[in-house]
Amino acid sequence: MVAEISHPLSKYLREAMMPHIWCSGCGNGIILNCFVQAVDELQIDLKKLVVVSGIGCIGRAAGYINTDSFHTTHGRPIAFATGVKLANPDLEVVVISGDGDLFAIGGNHFIHAARRNIGIKVICANNFNYGMTGGQQGPTTLLEAFTTTTPYGNIEHPFNLVHLAAASGATYVARWTTLHVRRLTQSIKKMLQKEGFNFIEVVSPCPEIFGRRNRMRTGLQMMEWFKKASIIEHFSDPAKADITPERIVVGEFVDIEKPCYEKLLYDKMAQILT
Amino acid sequence: MPERIWRKPLDMDKVKHPKADIHIIKDQCKGCGYCIQFCPQKVLEESEDINARGVHPPKIVDANECVICSFCTSVCPDFAIFVVEKPCEKGC
Repeated sequence: MVAEISHPLSKYLREAMMPHIWCSGCGNGIILNCFVQAVDELQIDLKKLVVVSGIGCIGRAAGYINTDSFHTTHGRPIAFATGVKLANPDLEVVVISGDGDLFAIGGNHFIHAARRNIGIKVICANNFNYGMTGGQQGPTTLLEAFTTTTPYGNIEHPFNLVHLAAASGATYVARWTTLHVRRLTQSIKKMLQKEGFNFIEVVSPCPEIFGRRNRMRTGLQMMEWFKKASIIEHFSDPAKADITPERIVVGEFVDIEKPCYEKLLYDKMAQILT
Repeated sequence: MPERIWRKPLDMDKVKHPKADIHIIKDQCKGCGYCIQFCPQKVLEESEDINARGVHPPKIVDANECVICSFCTSVCPDFAIFVVEKPCEKGC
C-alpha cells in the first residue's frame, strides 16, 4: 500500500473547513470543483482573486476556497462585489451564489449590474427552490413542481435566468448542468478571461430537499434527468430556453464585447481631473 | 447496418494505453455514486465496506480499463477521488 497523497486541488481549499457540509449528491460541490479546476488551469494568482457569495447553501463556497472571500448578507453579493471591483479594478471578482439569493431578493442588483456591465463574474447555482431554509417555492421553481409551500403543485411561472441576463445586457451568458463538468470548466475559464458582466447558470441537483418531493430521491436520479432532458444548442435564442421537465437547453447563449463600467468610470475620472 | 470501415491510425504502434493510478480518499466520500454511474469505462463499483460517514465508498474493479479521462475527479462533489498517470515502466 502506497502512502496516501493529497488531492491535487486541495491547495485551493481551506483544509480546516473540509469536508464541506453539503448533502450527499448535492451539485454545489461539483460547481466548487469545476471553479477550482478552472482557476488551477488558468494559473490565476490567488492574491488577485476575490470570491463573494450570498446566503444559501452555495454561499458556503466562499468559506471553502482558500482565497480572499466575502460571505455577504442575503441578496447583496453583487452589491458588495461592485464595491470590491470599483475600489480595485485589478482584482478578479467572482460571485458564486444561488437562484434564491441572486434573483429573488437580489434581482434588482443583478439586472442593474448587468445593465452597467460591471466586470463581475457571476456563477448561479439553480436548484429550483430555497434549499437551506427547508425547500420553499422560489423564483425558479418549475410549474407543477412540489415544494413545502406548494404541496399541490406550483402555479407560478419560473424565471428564465439566461433570458433575464441576456436581456439585461450581460456580455457572456451560458447555462450548463452539473453533469456537463468539462464544458462548465471550459465556460468558467472563458468567463474569467473575458471583461464585463458575465453570467453562468448551473442547473444543480438538490435531492434531499427538492428531489425527494418530486420523485427524484437520490442525486443520481436528478443527474439522470439532466442527462435525458438537456440539449446542447450554442447561441440559440435565450427567450426559447425555458427549463421544463422535458427539456433543458444548455450551451452558450451570448458572447459579445462591450466597454465595461470600471474602465469607463476611471476614464471619465481621468478626463475630469486633467 | 452497413459494414463499418476501420482505418488503422498511423501512430498506433507508438501510442500506449496509459496506466492509471486511481486514488480514492475513502473517508471523504459521501456515497453519491456519480463516479460509479458516469464512468465511461465502468472502472468503479460500490464496495461492501463502510467508511467514517457510514456510506459505501467506491472500489476499483479493473484499473487497467481506466483511460484517465478524469471525469470522476471533476464530477466528485467531495474531492474524494482523483486519477494520476503512473510513471512509465521500462520498455515504453
